[in-house]
Amino acid sequence: MQNEKEKNRQEFYERLEQKGISRRDFVKFCTFLTATMGLSASYVGQVMDVFAAPAQRPPVIWLHFAECTGCSEAALRTMYPWIDEVLLDIISMEYHETIMAAAGHQAEDNLHAAMSKHKDKYLCVVEGSIPTKFDGAYGKVGGRTFLEIGREVTKHAMATICMGSCATYGGPQAAKPNPGGYKGVSDALGIKTINIPGCPPNPINLIGTIVNYLLMGKLPALDSNGRPLFAYANTIHDKCPRRSHFENGEFVTEFGSEEAKMGFCLYEMGCKGPETYNNCPIVKFNDGTSWPIEAGHPCIGCSEPDFWDEMSPFFETL
Amino acid sequence: MGQIITIDPVTRIEGHLRIEVEVENGIVKDAWSSGQMFRGIEIILQGRDPRDAPLFVQRSCGVCTYVHYLSSVEAIEDAVGIKIPDNARIIRNLLHGAQFQHDHIVHFYHLHALDWVDVVNALKADPKATATLADNVSNAPWGGASYFKRVQERVKSFVDSGQLGPFANAYWGHPAYKLSPEADLMAVSHYIEALRVQARAAKLHAIFGAKNPHLQSLVAGGVTCAADLKPDRVAEFKYLWKETQEFIKNVYIPDVLAVAGFYKDWGAIGGTANYLAYGDFPQTGEGSSSDLMPGGVIYQRKFTDVQKMDDKKITEHVARSWYEGKKDLHPYKGVTEPDYSDYDRGGRYSWIKAPRYDGKATEVGPLARVLVAYGKGDPGVKKLVDDTLAHLSVPATALFSTLGRTAARALETVFIGNAMENWLNELVGNLTKGDDSTYTPWEMPDKGMGRGLNDVPRGALGHWIEIDKGKIKNYQYVVPSTWNLGPRDAKGQLGPVEEALIGTPIADPKRPVEVLRTVHSFDPCIACAIHVIDPNSNEVYKVKAL
Repeated sequence: MQNEKEKNRQEFYERLEQKGISRRDFVKFCTFLTATMGLSASYVGQVMDVFAAPAQRPPVIWLHFAECTGCSEAALRTMYPWIDEVLLDIISMEYHETIMAAAGHQAEDNLHAAMSKHKDKYLCVVEGSIPTKFDGAYGKVGGRTFLEIGREVTKHAMATICMGSCATYGGPQAAKPNPGGYKGVSDALGIKTINIPGCPPNPINLIGTIVNYLLMGKLPALDSNGRPLFAYANTIHDKCPRRSHFENGEFVTEFGSEEAKMGFCLYEMGCKGPETYNNCPIVKFNDGTSWPIEAGHPCIGCSEPDFWDEMSPFFETL
Repeated sequence: MGQIITIDPVTRIEGHLRIEVEVENGIVKDAWSSGQMFRGIEIILQGRDPRDAPLFVQRSCGVCTYVHYLSSVEAIEDAVGIKIPDNARIIRNLLHGAQFQHDHIVHFYHLHALDWVDVVNALKADPKATATLADNVSNAPWGGASYFKRVQERVKSFVDSGQLGPFANAYWGHPAYKLSPEADLMAVSHYIEALRVQARAAKLHAIFGAKNPHLQSLVAGGVTCAADLKPDRVAEFKYLWKETQEFIKNVYIPDVLAVAGFYKDWGAIGGTANYLAYGDFPQTGEGSSSDLMPGGVIYQRKFTDVQKMDDKKITEHVARSWYEGKKDLHPYKGVTEPDYSDYDRGGRYSWIKAPRYDGKATEVGPLARVLVAYGKGDPGVKKLVDDTLAHLSVPATALFSTLGRTAARALETVFIGNAMENWLNELVGNLTKGDDSTYTPWEMPDKGMGRGLNDVPRGALGHWIEIDKGKIKNYQYVVPSTWNLGPRDAKGQLGPVEEALIGTPIADPKRPVEVLRTVHSFDPCIACAIHVIDPNSNEVYKVKAL
């Protein structure tokens, strides 16, 4: 068993090197991911095995409901591992409307084939919320409502992951007066989901959740909103690099001001960091390039329930 | 009545689209484009703080993630009468330019290429011959027989695993695929490489925009990234811009030309008649008169006679959409009440409305912009277009086609990408002079009306806002995919995609790859396209349940 693991790993490194990725880079990525997941360093080896091992890549069915595809786009930005590795080497994306080559009947056939072949064994990722008024008439694929499709596909999923704030809480279309009766997936279908809110979420939090599942065979620890604690245990405010300015009473009161240029605290500009749970200040976005507060814009609380109503007006102080 | 072919879902697009065509004797005789989702963002905006509008409307689309954000802040600035600082204009241009670079690369490789490239056929290629082909057509940084052999093995082991994922059950082996196995293998390699290129290119947005998707650094009055106007950020931007532009010049453009060489017949399929561009990328504080990509209107393909654009001539029809009413209205006066009924080709059949310019269905997007700039004699655009036509040995009429649309998208990516370097230098010049201003302070007026008109990757985009008592009274946007993918109007005139599909040859009605080629050439973005407004009340949603 141990030898087989070692053999798998060696073969995997060879494949990585063929693709121009050094073993060092790979270990670095796994260490970063392990840390993001809140696991101790002793897990790094096991995280590496998750990527090295699979003879059968775990099947994933990704559904698009009422959404803007920003969450898919966020997933496409993953660099550790690169998205081509995710798609070709790590998981088996059985259905994903934005990237799949098949269309129309052929696409529908793929969905049904994956559901029956991998019954109770596939991960279902949902992007977007579900309109519930008028029997769900506001959203359809292939002549069927999102409501019907959601019920059918999640029923035999090993687990359902809500990618983004729309799938989790309903999104902007669910903001008052919510013309279509939009709801998050858990609410609309009455099922338990793992929630990765954010508008869009950081892709590392999706990858971390999937790896956790593959690694431990169970869901990561979740908070009362179904969010993995490894990513959503602390507020933005608690981990904000501008926190010392808050403590010192150094605030921005106008965009473009001297205080803004010096990177002072954005609390007075309406920052929702004190009430928002997420790991943005730690992992940042797009390969650690930046995040909203670093770009001088107050946090809008996009990973919190019903933030479009609860956190707005966005530029008014909490 | 010929045979009806339905494609639902249309994949490799943003959003939920249904396309139907009627085929007779192997040719498309009629077509229907239908948006299948309705969210109602504009109703939700009523009564809210106008400053929140850009963040809401940005969520129309996570693919063209920057563009609604931009038009919305410009609509507020127009309503209030704010003139933004020069640095804010430059940073917005840079972010918008980066949107073009990113969006068009993803469109060609990940949303459109598989209509022309047969992934399974690539397994038959000779890696050595592929390397020779690649050396002849492109300056890609990857190549050589061993590279193509590795890619081929990777694809083969993927196919052999029996888990085909995104490549499963497509139209592989269809007679309409014309590339040689070697050209297929080269294109598949670049499809995979481009997955990484796009992830890196998106960092351009994060540098001055916090993140991608859904940037967060614009506000009415300017930009918020005051603390990022530093040499290290500028250098980071310049380095990534250069890397992206090199991919565009050395790989994207050569690939488009190489693929086009196999499909010259598509230079006579999929054209439309009328074209509209608002113009964008103001080079000075003077606004649209200084646009890098000029605005204008072309009727009946007369591109040497570009007319001036007047946004008063825009109206939206709902006669064939799932909304009450029949009269066409200007966006400032848009009234809409959802009225869902069954899908009815002879009646109402889409959530998308039908915008018309001067009463005519007009195509918007890369082809419209390139034709307008070409017709107005822009030397840079003229050279790019003429060189491309000469390279492919096709006449200028080939521009009015599916192939012309796809080529125009690639050409404008280079053109706008080149201009980005000048903007970055301009920014550095300002900072060197000590001008680091990024924001013009303003106060919310009691009343105001304004519009933001932009030309974004998929075409002409307009946002209209009416402010009353400091709140949003009325908000409306007419987006590129509404223009292109909209249904028939009250007079029965077809929408541009419907018009473009007529005459398309269909080899196998069960596998209509030819329809996808033309639909994808418009780069549909359906979540953007469907929107509704009701300025009178919030309680008039009459929807008949099925």
